[in-house]
Amino acid sequence: MSSQQKVETYGTGRKTLKSYMTGLVLSLIFTFTAFYLVGQHTLSTTALYVSLSLLAVMQLLAQVIFFLCLTNKTAEGRWNTMPFIFVIAIILLLVGGTLWIMYNLNYHMVH
Amino acid sequence: MLNSFIFGNLTLDAIPYHEPIIMVAGVMMVLGVFAVLGGITFFKKWGYLWKEWVTTVDHKKIGVMYIILAVVMLLRGFADALMMRTQQAIAVGHSMGYLPPSHYDQIFTAHGVIMIFFVAMPLMFGLLNLAVPLQIGARDVAFPYLNSLSFWLTVSGAILVNISLIVGKFAATGWLAYPPLSGLVYSPGVGVDYYIWALQISGVGSLLSGVNFTATILKMRCPGMKLMKMPIFTWTALCAMVLVILAFPVLTATLAMLTLDRYMGMHFFTAAFGGNAMLYVNLIWAWGHPEVYILILPAFGIYSEVVATFCKKPLFGYSSMVWASIVITFLSFSVWLHHFFTMGSGANVNAVFGIATMIIAVPTGAKIFNWLFTMYRGRVQFSVPMLWTIGFITTFAVGGMTGVLMSVPAVDFQIHNSEFLVAHFHNTIIGGVVFGYFAGLTYWCPKIFGFKLNEKLGKVTFWCWFIGFYVAFMPVYIVGLMGMTRRINHYSAATGWHPYLVVAFIGALIIAAGIASLVLNIALSIKNRNKEGYLDTTGDPWDGRTLEWSIPSPAPFYNFALTPEVDSIDAFWKTKQEIAQGKSVQKPAYQDIHMPKNTSTGFFIGALSGLFGFGMVWQIPWLIAVGFIGVLVAMVARSFSTDTDYYVKAADVEATEAKYAALRQRGASSLGDSAEDDGMLGSEILNKAT
Amino acid sequence: MTDHSTTADHHHSADAVDVFGFWLYILSDCVLFATLFATFAVLQFSTYGGPALHELFSLPYVLGETMFLLFSSFTYGLAMMAHYKGNTRRVLQWLMVTFILGVSFVVMEVNEFVHLVHEGHTWQSSGALSAFFTLVGTHGLHVTIGLIWMGLMMFQLMKFKLTPDTSRRLTYLGLFWHFLDIVWIFVFTFVYLMGAI
Repeated sequence: MSSQQKVETYGTGRKTLKSYMTGLVLSLIFTFTAFYLVGQHTLSTTALYVSLSLLAVMQLLAQVIFFLCLTNKTAEGRWNTMPFIFVIAIILLLVGGTLWIMYNLNYHMVH
Repeated sequence: MLNSFIFGNLTLDAIPYHEPIIMVAGVMMVLGVFAVLGGITFFKKWGYLWKEWVTTVDHKKIGVMYIILAVVMLLRGFADALMMRTQQAIAVGHSMGYLPPSHYDQIFTAHGVIMIFFVAMPLMFGLLNLAVPLQIGARDVAFPYLNSLSFWLTVSGAILVNISLIVGKFAATGWLAYPPLSGLVYSPGVGVDYYIWALQISGVGSLLSGVNFTATILKMRCPGMKLMKMPIFTWTALCAMVLVILAFPVLTATLAMLTLDRYMGMHFFTAAFGGNAMLYVNLIWAWGHPEVYILILPAFGIYSEVVATFCKKPLFGYSSMVWASIVITFLSFSVWLHHFFTMGSGANVNAVFGIATMIIAVPTGAKIFNWLFTMYRGRVQFSVPMLWTIGFITTFAVGGMTGVLMSVPAVDFQIHNSEFLVAHFHNTIIGGVVFGYFAGLTYWCPKIFGFKLNEKLGKVTFWCWFIGFYVAFMPVYIVGLMGMTRRINHYSAATGWHPYLVVAFIGALIIAAGIASLVLNIALSIKNRNKEGYLDTTGDPWDGRTLEWSIPSPAPFYNFALTPEVDSIDAFWKTKQEIAQGKSVQKPAYQDIHMPKNTSTGFFIGALSGLFGFGMVWQIPWLIAVGFIGVLVAMVARSFSTDTDYYVKAADVEATEAKYAALRQRGASSLGDSAEDDGMLGSEILNKAT
Repeated sequence: MTDHSTTADHHHSADAVDVFGFWLYILSDCVLFATLFATFAVLQFSTYGGPALHELFSLPYVLGETMFLLFSSFTYGLAMMAHYKGNTRRVLQWLMVTFILGVSFVVMEVNEFVHLVHEGHTWQSSGALSAFFTLVGTHGLHVTIGLIWMGLMMFQLMKFKLTPDTSRRLTYLGLFWHFLDIVWIFVFTFVYLMGAI
């Protein structure tokens, strides 16, 4: 019945119980995997760093898609998604640049 | 105990009795404030001010208030500049000049902070407020109440800076307050605290404005105005506002960490306990570089509007202009290291950021060519805004070139922190930002106030600034190359800098004449506002191209009686052409207009934030509590308020528009005090509606 | 004020603009956190002779915090579902559950901080700990603000029921709350888990 009512979602896509459940289950899987990997410590250090980062990014996507319901399907949704992607790009630039600069400085100061 | 609860660290010693220069300046400032307050009381304008201005949410009035703030602060910031130029012109050899180093250091810090945060930023937000909603055919910004809040937060920041003149002192660290100098160990006084809280409070205002205008531009354009049909100023404003959203949080976080270092004994940027001062430099420039584009991009937009209007041609290469702005927006986050090439990164890092810096000059260069090609074969009218534009193109080209020069790390190692750098950034900021904003003020003045500024005095202002700039800063380039570092207040005669610095001082005096003529121009034009040559009855004094010129001057408080619809870039120009070709205009069918109601919440939150900031500076417990809790209460109270908007009846809109139409027909001769009448219209209608 | 045929439409579009504006604010908050993350990444090894950060953390404890916050994000979603159905009472119930989960998270975090300070590892001990306390504390502060807001929200819902205003604010708060959980993903990954490698 509720699906027939017009529900204001402000371009975030229709939220359904199914999407929340999916988001929750995925988040749980990613979280437990991450903690498990660190607890076991069987992977190499590099592999751990990479897999932890990947798990974090996947959980980010899971929550953005299933909790925030960011969508590309509607015009209004695209208005929300585009700035989001832009901000992520800038954050990568900002954090990546800062780390590169600061580690490089450290290297040249110490060595 | 009780004493420290009431006054914190504040004692009577905080007032610098022993420094006559500061005391004279301070007394003048206090007298000025009392004169203004007395004047308001004498003319019984408190009620009017409160109802029409302080509590207003009308973007045009907020824009005007921003500009008044900027002009007042310009006087203060320029006084600092003159003091520094005087000091450098006389403090050579045996003469130590008249400014002790501790005071001189505060002056150059205050000059930089005021000019960037409390002159350039308010001018920019002022112009955005004046023009953007009108250009996109909107009735107001997306969040009128936030707009008012942003403004009052900015005012609070500016007041804190000015209070520091007489109560305590200002930072003596340079305008970006690098630690460890700005840390508690080396700056134990309240100077840096004033700096921090002034910037934090006004920075929050800027961030809110950034969100506000981005939402306005992206979501409130009139029907038909696709992104690629927006006026170019709106485009550059959008790019600048996106940069505000992305860059100002970095400033907030960085200053917050400096605050934690100073107030909570943390070790982000200290010289001990594992702190890293270089991280501050990195972060502050990650904000600082986008900041210069935040200032210059709207100026680029103004030049574009002015060039197209006064050459009677569509802007050459509209889409390339848009894309150049977008590219600049993105790239401005990839060059910040060029402010600290010499800090010790490796060659690869320096090379990458050096090359990125050179690349960002390319879209800017493309813009220069677009303006030139717009002028090419156009019917160029050498009006005041056009003069600023031509002055900009030549001056900015020089400033841009010296910038590219310094983007080569090897060159930068030679001239880093020299007067060459000082000359470079004044070259781009005066020749780019200031010229542009003055062009914008002259250009949009009739739309907001209904009268034009005096053309002759406008030209005097331009030539004073233009010549004054070259006389003041070309010698500074030269002494920079001769090895003079920035921020020194005394030097040896053997350096040979003295003659150049005397010339620079003369240049500063010429610029002072320019500022004087600007102030005179404003006063004279207000006085003569109903006379021929000043009064604008047409609503379209420049034969403009964009929507703001399609409505009467001064713009009615609801902006557009009917929401316009557009289908091309220069929509209004096209409509005028069609009318000239005999297309008939239908009688409009007015509808009720939905408008936001005035609110005092923004003013109170701004004032309480100022109190909070002052309390934090002097660590006065009760004042901090009052400010903090007050802000919270005001915000919560606002969220319970439902009485935030009203409707203007269609009949009232029609009456107002008819009044404007009558004015237009009667022309300038028989108008009398029309400007004041128009000012009353808004409140009349408001009263009827409520 | 009653016979405006366009009123509903107008409010609809105005509300959409409002939510978009709030979304922009959240994106700017992302940049604020990014700055703090970058700072933490740079300073995390500057312990000034103190113990490495991972020696101070307990991963199971962090997993507990994570669960509280993740489930609170989920229950907020359930509140939104109830809101779509116009069931104010159900909205309030789920908000209450969310509130309790959020408070549990904050309590755990404060407890961790108190524990650290008692053992002598304060924010004044080293650059690394300054960065840790500030990053995690800023997130905790956001959660606290969210909780205060949620309390206010519940009060307004009881007073006004589901109106366009309260419904818009529910959407705001929802964005904010989900956003805080997303930030937490990166806190536990980059601060706690990677520190423990």
